[in-house]
Amino acid sequence: MLTIAQATYGAIVAHAKRDHPDEACGVVAGPEGSDRPERFIEMVNAAGSPTFYEFDSTDLLALYREMDDRDEEPVVIYHSHTATEAYPSVTDIGLASEPGAHYVLVSTREHGNNDGRVEFRSYRIVDGVVTEEDVSVVPELPTP
Amino acid sequence: MTIEVRIPTILRTYTDGAKAVPGEGASLGALIDDLEANHPGIKERLVEPKEDGVDLRRFVNVYVNDEDVRFIGGLEAELSDGDQVVVLPAVAGG
Repeated sequence: MLTIAQATYGAIVAHAKRDHPDEACGVVAGPEGSDRPERFIEMVNAAGSPTFYEFDSTDLLALYREMDDRDEEPVVIYHSHTATEAYPSVTDIGLASEPGAHYVLVSTREHGNNDGRVEFRSYRIVDGVVTEEDVSVVPELPTP
Repeated sequence: MTIEVRIPTILRTYTDGAKAVPGEGASLGALIDDLEANHPGIKERLVEPKEDGVDLRRFVNVYVNDEDVRFIGGLEAELSDGDQVVVLPAVAGG
């Protein structure tokens, strides 16, 4: 199960809507081992593509250095699909490299940049196996 | 000469869980061969065969002292004693 605060959920959705029709991507970091997605970090999609995303390699290093300094890990890795369902693609599965992360997929295919619902789903991707999980959006994360 | 190599979570199965291991090599290619000698299987996660040799895998990022090696010669990037090498799988998808 992914438990995520309303503000973080909203930030992910807003990012996806804003970047449509390109895929949006980013991370929500949290203390190592806590499973708490506390710190929302938008990333630039260096591919700038409606069908592919990639963190710029220099941004990626800076992100991981920063998380390391703060004893954090990537609790959520999110990206959007702009014309297909919010389900990991073959590419997503093949490139998933953080076995401990919740992989969040948002689809903006229905409303694009406009108001309206999005599909927001979460998965574990471990050794090529995708397992969908429930998403619980809470007003705030519980006190640790 | 000793180089510190920081290993991402997904490759720690090759290093008995170690987040960083020492290595040696005058070039990144040589360092990777040295890593392979101590941690068998790791090399093919980092490089893939090309026409006449090997090259860094497309979705594996390697940095020497915070510079992406793709900008400083790839596998031929020169290394010195005390350098820090970081390996990070790309965060990417479609």
